[in-house]
Amino acid sequence: MRFLFKTTYLQDIRLARHGGYVFWYGLLVLALLAAPWLCSEYWLAQLTFILIYSVVGLGLMLLSGFTGLFSLGHAAFLGVGAYTEAALVGIGTPFPIAMAAAGLVAAGVGVVVGLPALRVKGIYLAIATLAFGFIVVEIFARWESMTGGNAGRQVMAPKLFGWSADSDASFYFVCLVVTVLATLAILNLLRAPTGRAFVAIRDSEISAQSLGIHLARYKTLSFAISAALAGVGGALYAHKLKFISPDQFDILQSIDLILMIVVGGVGSVHGAFLGAIFLITMPQVIALAKDFLPAAVGQAPGLQGTVYGLVLIGFVLFEPLGIYGRWLKMRTYFQIFPFYRRGMFKRQKSFLKSDRLK
Amino acid sequence: MLQALQIVISGVAQGCIYGLIALGLVLIYKTTETVSFAHGDLMMLGAFAGFGCMTLLGLPFWLAFVATVVAMGLFGIVLERIVIRPILGQPAFALVTLTIGIGYVARGLVTMIPGVGTETHSLPVPYKDQTWNVGALVLNVEQMVVIAATTMLSAVLYAMFRYTRVGVAMQAASQNQLAAYYMGIPVRRLNGLAWGLAAAVAAIAGLLLAPITFVYANMGFIGLKAIPAAVVGGFGSLPGAIVGGLVIGIVESLSGFYLPEGFKDVAPYAVVLIMLVVRPNGIFGDQLRKKV
Repeated sequence: MRFLFKTTYLQDIRLARHGGYVFWYGLLVLALLAAPWLCSEYWLAQLTFILIYSVVGLGLMLLSGFTGLFSLGHAAFLGVGAYTEAALVGIGTPFPIAMAAAGLVAAGVGVVVGLPALRVKGIYLAIATLAFGFIVVEIFARWESMTGGNAGRQVMAPKLFGWSADSDASFYFVCLVVTVLATLAILNLLRAPTGRAFVAIRDSEISAQSLGIHLARYKTLSFAISAALAGVGGALYAHKLKFISPDQFDILQSIDLILMIVVGGVGSVHGAFLGAIFLITMPQVIALAKDFLPAAVGQAPGLQGTVYGLVLIGFVLFEPLGIYGRWLKMRTYFQIFPFYRRGMFKRQKSFLKSDRLK
Repeated sequence: MLQALQIVISGVAQGCIYGLIALGLVLIYKTTETVSFAHGDLMMLGAFAGFGCMTLLGLPFWLAFVATVVAMGLFGIVLERIVIRPILGQPAFALVTLTIGIGYVARGLVTMIPGVGTETHSLPVPYKDQTWNVGALVLNVEQMVVIAATTMLSAVLYAMFRYTRVGVAMQAASQNQLAAYYMGIPVRRLNGLAWGLAAAVAAIAGLLLAPITFVYANMGFIGLKAIPAAVVGGFGSLPGAIVGGLVIGIVESLSGFYLPEGFKDVAPYAVVLIMLVVRPNGIFGDQLRKKV
């Protein structure tokens, strides 16, 4: 068992809390750097998708997991980013600039959505973002000169001064760099006063307000950062698929994103990554399992939806902290063996909290 | 003018469906403080159950109607008991994701029924494809039945909440659960009952909608338009749900006719966004403030 003895505040907010962090995350980075030579082409593509969804998941996690604001229209930000990127790269903009622009445009849209969010709370915010998502998808479908309408539009490979990331491996590295930067940015944000303010708002708006946190400003900021990350993720997504159409950004995509962070673990940065891994590998697992199921079940078209739904229900009922929560429990069990008690992570039972009177 | 009237009438019929689904949403919101994203799928289950009763069991329409509504009511109670009750008191986020999961499972399971789930069916109701001619107006009987049934159901529900013991108890519990519990009202049982009632109303909506559209696994997505209806009426107000449904239905059918293509699908959402900015509590919503 490891005891951390902290003597300074800087030690308390250090990113790598002890040597184990440096070792294991170093190993992970090495493995990810070596992945193009280790994995087959197919798994490299899956890994790229995991990285892309992680970036989007980080954004949604910041909003839902750390600021406590719902978004049921996050796929719309993904779409805004993707179409901005497609348009800018289409006219020959270097991709880092295009990607930054995609993030900024998405952030701008996020602020616009965030403004009504200041007036409404909880469930109503979910509905506002849902409505916004529907409207944006309809705009994508109707603004044909820009988006190509329902027929979709091709996206060119990312280019920078003559160098083009058109091979799978080179694009994988682009995604890897963006993911690492996004993760570091979020981790830094969360240990800074801004991130602390977000968490305070999540835990109690009234206490946060009485501590001098400007609710409107921080909520809008959270929306903007979250949308920006989704926009950057959308830009990568557009390049990866090389083809985008409005139905890729509809309500089902938004629900997939929610599924991702709930399964990964709401309120943890790890959760975004674990959720992305889950979201990408689940269809493969189902496809593999189909061979072992009776044909009537295995070949049925609704199987994937049913499994997704059951997993979602199962996690909400039995493991509200998600995969990351399960990992925490396992780790604690071995760290303090044999003193683990059943009730250590028990949820606090509370009376039905009323949103209506807030 | 006549044409506008015709459009408004079909909008009203569509709005009644939204209103009925929104009614269930409001019932659930008042008791368990969650927006049920599975409610459209409960409606779909109801329509499929009615279809099953009529074709597989060969029951006559009225019997199938009653059987479906009762069965869906029981299903709602069981659903509340098994998945909703254990996580009451958790953050709203958990409940919303839970209902999304329920919707997925319902849709997936229905799709998995071989030979039935992936097809589109029409419900063989006795009043199918008939029209009445009132003056120059051509009234679709299916739509008239929807409007009549919604009016009747609203009256029944109003009487129930106004005059019966259980209705008054439900009102009390929805206003303040803790206080109601101290007064000896079995709040938990009432929560189950509210879910049952909501599911039964959803089943009625499904059976009324089935002759107009068709019965298919994705018909539950209409439930997503009932959410704007509930917001416009004021989440937490039962008459508001019906009024909100009517507003959404009429706006939708008018914009489908007078505005360019594409506006019809987003009209409900545009209305709800405007409503949330202008008057977040809806038409009938009450202004509540928490005192610290």
